[in-house]
This record gives sequence, C-alpha cells and structure tokens, in this order.
Amino acid sequence: MKVSIEVNGRTVTDEVPDRTLLVHFLRETAGLTATNIGCDTTSCGACTVLLDGESVKSCTVLAAQADGHAVTTVEGLSGADGDLHPVQRAFREQHGLQCGFCTPGMIMASVSLLADNPRPTRDDVRAGLEGNLCRCTGYHNIVSAVIDASGQEVDR
Amino acid sequence: MIPAEFRYERASTVDEALALLATHGDEAKVLAGGHSLLPLMKLRLAAPEYLVDIGPLGELRYVRLDGGDVVVGALSRYSDLARDPVLREHAPLLAHVSGEVGDRQVRHRGTIGGSLVHADAAADLPAAVLASDAVLVARGPAGERRIPAAEFFLGPFTTPLAADELLTEVRFPAQTGLGWGFEKFTRRAIDWAMVGVAAVGGRVGLVNMGGVPLRATATEEALAAGRSIEDAAALAAEGTNPPDEPHATAEYRRHLARVLTRRALTQAASRT
Repeated sequence: MKVSIEVNGRTVTDEVPDRTLLVHFLRETAGLTATNIGCDTTSCGACTVLLDGESVKSCTVLAAQADGHAVTTVEGLSGADGDLHPVQRAFREQHGLQCGFCTPGMIMASVSLLADNPRPTRDDVRAGLEGNLCRCTGYHNIVSAVIDASGQEVDR
Repeated sequence: MIPAEFRYERASTVDEALALLATHGDEAKVLAGGHSLLPLMKLRLAAPEYLVDIGPLGELRYVRLDGGDVVVGALSRYSDLARDPVLREHAPLLAHVSGEVGDRQVRHRGTIGGSLVHADAAADLPAAVLASDAVLVARGPAGERRIPAAEFFLGPFTTPLAADELLTEVRFPAQTGLGWGFEKFTRRAIDWAMVGVAAVGGRVGLVNMGGVPLRATATEEALAAGRSIEDAAALAAEGTNPPDEPHATAEYRRHLARVLTRRALTQAASRT
C-alpha cells in the first residue's frame, strides 16, 4: 500500500508491502538507520521513536498505522545548525552510554519522558525508562543524563 | 521478524469496521493498538488474511460518566486512562492499573478493548475490569449487546464475540470513594505478572491464577461475612488453577495470591 509519513519534518512516501513494520520503513525507505532493531519483540526499546510526539516501539507498529502521522527519530533531534538536543548533550556529558546500541532508543524514550515529567526524580527516570534495556552501563549514568537534561543538579 | 502476508484495511467509522468484518468473517482480525496482535503475528502464532485497523476511530476513545456509571471507549489507550481525571476520581483502580501495564511505550499504543478481547489471563486489565463488575458492550450486524465481564472470558484467548462483532465500550458503576488496591509480582519490570490482584469495593480479581482472569470468590464471601482481611486473604487461592511452570510453580502462585490479596485488601482498607 502507499504509505506517507512525515519523518523528522520531511514527508516520505512509498509503496510498501502491507506488512512492513515502521522500523523497516524508517531504516530502509527513509534511509534513517540510527533507529536500531534489538530484540524485535517489544521488549528492549532500542527501536523507540516518537509517533505524534509519544514514544513507541517501532518494531511493533505497522508503517500503515503511521500513515499520515508524524515520526521523530534520533536523527531529527538536533537543530538545523547541528547543535545537539539537550538530551543528546547530557548523554555525552554524563557518559550515559558505552557500546551505544541502546542509545537512540534510550534518548527518544527520555525525550518522551521529559515531555510528560520535566523535573523527574532518579526513581521517576528508572520507572520511566523501564521499557529500554541497556546491557553495558548499569543505567546509573543514563539516569544522571536524564536528570542533567532536565536542568537539575546531578546528585550521584 | 515480519508477519506473514496480510491485506491491510483501515476503517474510519464503526459502521465501516463492521462492514469490513462482515465481509471478511473469520479471515480478519481487528487491529487496535496492535500490542497483543502484532507480536503474535510476528511469531506466526496468528496469520490472519486481513487486518481491519480501527486505530483511527476517535469515536471509541473516551471516558465519561453516564448517570452512576463510568463509561470507557474500547479504543482508549492505557496512557489515556492512566491520566484521565474522570477515571482517576471515579475509578482510580482502573486508572492505576492502566499505568502499570507494560512500559510507557506500550501504554502509548495498547488499548483497553484490545486487552479485553485478547483475553490473556496474565494481563492486568481484565482482572481489574472483572473486579469492577463491568459490562462489555459489543456491536455487530444485529446491533448492540451487553456481556457481563463475568461471562466474557470463556477460556484462554477466547471470548463470546463473533467474528463480525466489535467491542465498543466498557461500563461499570462508579467507584467514587471506594477503597481499592492493586498488587502484582513480576520477575522483571516489564514482564507479565506471575500473579496479580485487583481489589475494589470488596471484590477481588486475580491475574494469572488460571486459564482466564478470575474472581477470588471465597475471599469476597469472607469479606461480606465480616471476617478479617487476614482470614479472607487466606482463601484467595480457593477454586483457582494456576499455571505450573519451572520459574513459578502452581503452589508458589497460590502462595503469592494469598500474600498479594492481603496486601491489596490492606491498601483498599487504608483508602476508604
């Protein structure tokens, strides 16, 4: 079917098989490969993107379901001049990653969390990111990064 | 993993959805949020010929009061319900449980109607709906019919809905001011509950204590007879048939049911 999705402000239209998953549309049709496929079973959160501003796992959404809607991937976060988004900056400052595989999804989930809860506690962040797995960091610096991005003092 | 091939059809009204279901019959599945159905399709445990997407039906996405009843549209998402001010005041159990399902990403997509028709005994929402003495409203070619929640869960993943019927609404008496409690025990944060307990107004729903969501009838009768929370909770596993699995034996689940029921009832008592 013909699917048309506004991806990071640009309309991407293509004829794709009905069973195409959103994550494949983003990676293969839109050519945006920052969004990773991890578990492919709605568990790990690596494929998290924003759909109409809300975090979703793009391995469990059909491209057809996003037809006519707006998607933001991590590529769409930085400004036109290449400035990092505050959450991206904070992940770098706080060293909220090691291998980086979970990072695009982790950042998109964090952006969505902060939109709902602009000044979260460390516990709020841990609960808010329960749908994103990281096998490297032990989460500590990820939590610090989200606290930092919210403009709060990072209390280790 | 990609689902087996299917034809995608999108409905923009309930009538259109019903017409598509009438045309395709058993070969079609309804796609709401897709967070039960799409994982099954990716694992090839389900392979419908047609998907009828009702996602765009805003007319089924609402919470309102109707006389003394709380009425919830079937396409309301968990995240809608968790923050809905009407639900938080008049059905705080359901609002709370909706905020405990899966994770934030799942709650942005999954719907109450999708969870109920999927009829998984391990899901949280069905037990809360059962404890709320809800009535489920379905529409089909012959019009509307109302099915009590107690008659809705026929077996694992089995409901009385016909292939050409659509669940449209959940309604139950408002629980304004009633004590409520919810407890679940999971191995990891995003897992399904090993056992869960939803309590409100002296009624108790059990998650994962049999092939279908159950009411803890013996506990409810003990409470109605004026017995203590401890005595009533000790009966929570009566008449259940929990799954027996290596990581959670049936005996362990019965133990959990008693402990979690005591905790949920204690919470409920503290909130009245």
